[in-house]
Amino acid sequence: MKFSDKFEARFTEMLTHYPTQRSVLVPTLLYAQDEVGYLSDEVILELAERLALSELDVRNVISYYSMLTTKPRGKFNVQVCTNIACMLRGGEELLEHCERKLGVGNKGTTKDGMFTLEEVECIGACSWAPAVQVNYDFHENLTPEKMDEVLEQYRNKAAR
Amino acid sequence: MADVNITVDGKKVAAPAGTLLIEACKTVGIEVPSFCYYPNLSLQGACRMCLVRVEKMPKLQTACTTVIGEGMIVTTDSPEIQQARKSMVELLLGNHPLDCPVCDAGGECELQDMTFSYGAAESKYIDLKNHRDEQQWSPVVYFDRPRCILCYRCVRVCNEAMDVGALGIQNRGVSSIIAPNMEDHLDCEECGMCIDICPVGALTSGSYRYKTRPWEMNHVGTTCTHCADGCKTTLGVRRDDTGMQIVRGDNRDKSGINGDFLCIKGRYAFDFANHEDRLSQPLIKKNGRLTPATWEEAFDLIGKKFSEVQKNAGGQAIGVIGSNRTSNEENYLLQKFARVVLGTNNIDHHRTADFPVFAAALAGKQNATASMRDVYNAPAILLIGNDPTEQHPLLAWQIRNNVRLHNARLHVINSQVIKLHRQAATFTQIPSGAEASVAAFLAGKDSAADALISDKANRDTWTKLRSQLRAEQNLIIIFGSEIRGSSIASLVQFGSEIAGSKFLCLGDYANSRGAADMGLYPDLLPGYHASSNGTKFQQEWGSMPSAPGLTQQQMLDGAIAGRLKALYVVGSNPVGRLGLAPSVLSASFVVVQDMFLTETAALADVVLPAANAYEKSGTFTNTCGDLQILKKAGEVTGTKTDFEMIVRIADAMGFDVRKLVPFGAAGTRADMGQSRGAQSGEADRHAVWLERHNLEPKMSPFDPMAILDEIQRLVPGYDVSRMNLLAGNDEHTNLTGPAQVVQQDPALIEPANNALFTSGTLGRYSNTLNSVVEQQHRQPAEVAAD
Ligand code: SF4
Ligand code: SF4
Ligand code: SF4
Ligand code: FES
Ligand code: FES
Repeated sequence: MKFSDKFEARFTEMLTHYPTQRSVLVPTLLYAQDEVGYLSDEVILELAERLALSELDVRNVISYYSMLTTKPRGKFNVQVCTNIACMLRGGEELLEHCERKLGVGNKGTTKDGMFTLEEVECIGACSWAPAVQVNYDFHENLTPEKMDEVLEQYRNKAAR
Repeated sequence: MADVNITVDGKKVAAPAGTLLIEACKTVGIEVPSFCYYPNLSLQGACRMCLVRVEKMPKLQTACTTVIGEGMIVTTDSPEIQQARKSMVELLLGNHPLDCPVCDAGGECELQDMTFSYGAAESKYIDLKNHRDEQQWSPVVYFDRPRCILCYRCVRVCNEAMDVGALGIQNRGVSSIIAPNMEDHLDCEECGMCIDICPVGALTSGSYRYKTRPWEMNHVGTTCTHCADGCKTTLGVRRDDTGMQIVRGDNRDKSGINGDFLCIKGRYAFDFANHEDRLSQPLIKKNGRLTPATWEEAFDLIGKKFSEVQKNAGGQAIGVIGSNRTSNEENYLLQKFARVVLGTNNIDHHRTADFPVFAAALAGKQNATASMRDVYNAPAILLIGNDPTEQHPLLAWQIRNNVRLHNARLHVINSQVIKLHRQAATFTQIPSGAEASVAAFLAGKDSAADALISDKANRDTWTKLRSQLRAEQNLIIIFGSEIRGSSIASLVQFGSEIAGSKFLCLGDYANSRGAADMGLYPDLLPGYHASSNGTKFQQEWGSMPSAPGLTQQQMLDGAIAGRLKALYVVGSNPVGRLGLAPSVLSASFVVVQDMFLTETAALADVVLPAANAYEKSGTFTNTCGDLQILKKAGEVTGTKTDFEMIVRIADAMGFDVRKLVPFGAAGTRADMGQSRGAQSGEADRHAVWLERHNLEPKMSPFDPMAILDEIQRLVPGYDVSRMNLLAGNDEHTNLTGPAQVVQQDPALIEPANNALFTSGTLGRYSNTLNSVVEQQHRQPAEVAAD
């Protein structure tokens, strides 16, 4: 299958970083996921072939990391932290709010394919709890109202 | 290297450097409990059951991953260790369903044993157990997830020892789960090694699950009846309404040549014995239809007809076709019966390898044949032709694991890219059918390379390969039936220049080697003696014909032409295998002994229902020449062993059976029941017949051990330790034939082409094998082999 030139450049470089070839798999999976949106059967087959692994091996590794997914996600992956600091500062309420607002549960994707909601463990932003990560961007010190703005912001972004 | 000295529980232990602590403990009889550790697989360190205290080390150490060091002082049992192990068991039981009363593993489960030893019956956990429904991964492999203790033995055995890699681990931590390669099912060799190695009842076998409990079976150690490799197997048998039913095949006894291994056929395909089409009474053709009859009627008729033909047309008007699946004793008895009772050399069998030429090529050499055990230990192996993974699964296992564990150098020469090329140090592909040129080239004929050169290998490759092979020592040269006739001699000539080299000739079927060794040839007596030069046998047997008889093909032609008046077929199906027209045998009186109404049996005048190798005692010789015992495990009422039937026919012909089976003769070392396996009433049943014939019931003419005695005296190489044999150990017979070759027509050799999921007639009647074939959409072998 065809990846972008950027991916190929990174992949080639990555091969020089590790003493064993299979070690390249983990970072490569993340790059591939960023590019394709999820780790499709096609991606799995391609990477297995490139790294001389079985598809089963690749699937095993994917299943180990919660950041990797084999299911399509929405354009924006809304990750709401409910670990201890965030929980104490309203993380769980924030999650419930998102569920109502988006009309989906944990790991659900909105019908328009815009958002996927995910409950996650600590994302390292405890000082500014409660925190939410959308794709690679952080949003902190949130309240339900602020959360609405955040979601709106992404909708607008998509519309542009 | 000097041994390393350590102290374990106050005992001094010395073991080679590099030994694992858990293994060092075993040498002085201290068993450290373990789940994930399994000898000869990679280390996992996952279960923490093997924790021990090593002085000067801060925490408890895992004995399975700790390499011994000089002066180590180790404690393997103390309250602290007991507590640690108890906690491990408690964690394992956290999610484990306590369904021992219905679990297949109950009674032979390692987790059950550990819970018994360390007691963690009460748990601090109050959460609900994480239940998942059982999954069927293939017709023979089932997975019950909650029972899994995540020892990863199954994953490792499939990856490392089988080189299949069909099992993996998904997720992490407590939610880790064993997963098959096709998401919800397996695409693999279906060997069942994963089931065998699972310490608990998480992986279970489709053919055995929920059928019985381990303690309700008798366990009989015998030899597999499918391919020519001769795995030792333990059959679990249980009484049922037709006799003794085999319910499980496994290798709980790891002492055999196969160690841990059994393939799909050995493990599951014993069910042909209880197939609904199994014959269980004699059939006689009346008014053109095969009609049930009594044994007496059948034997009387056969005796009368055979005697008639013999009197009117002579022994040469009778033909005998033997089997690759009957025991050595039966094969020997059959050819003796043909030669001495019928007075004919018209005896042959379906040949799958050129053993006579092989024997002649090895004349005068000592220890020149490799045993199955040698294949696991040799430093170098050359494999020409064949695809062992499909046709000789145990051989493939031995080669693969020798490479993996002992770094053996494997050289493969094949016309196909066979699976074993993955283990090969050198793999050289040849044009198909060019095996003979390989033999000639290796033996020094440079011009033979012309036929071998292709885009895969040029002349240099071949020259280099040959020098590389010449530089090896203790090389084992293995060849398939592609190599026959003078090519065998060339190969032996090449190998003889390599110090310590040994040879292995691959035939098919469980006892093809035995059939050849026992003289199922029109021109060869047991031990490959020419029939024209049988003084040794004449002294023992009395008069017999010396001119070579007819080959199987000539017999069938003779039957068609009406020259052959009678044909006696034992455990063979030439009509089906050669695809002959149903009318072929109509001119002769045909007797067939078989388990099923095969194409040949359907044409017979008398059909006698035979017992198979799982239902009799005797011996088998595998393709390497390893002699092993058969013990009676199953029984189907209404069948008889081929051995008994041959004797009864001789008796019905008015022949003194004492001259056929030397039972009770002075100096005979007879069987006093050692070989009868699970059966006890047999001696009594025979006694009825014996007494009616005024014979001494103590030693029976149906006793194969009496014939084994004669075999051991007369067949070169077979004089091995009887005690070892009876104890269930393999004994290697050294093959050396007389030097003068009785040339065999290479065209008579026809390999069976049985694959992993087929096994001639036996496979056809195994529902388990068929279900796997169906699921895999593999095509069963084209030929209806016997
Ligand atoms: S049956 Fe054999 S090949 Fe299949 S998964 Fe189990 S160990 Fe692997
Ligand atoms: S299925 Fe059996 S062998 Fe495999 S990890 Fe689980 S307990 Fe171990
Ligand atoms: S390898 Fe051959 S002898 Fe061994 S279990 Fe399989 S069929 Fe039987
Ligand atoms: S607990 Fe939410 S970011 Fe750390
Ligand atoms: S046996 Fe040592 S950790 Fe499992």
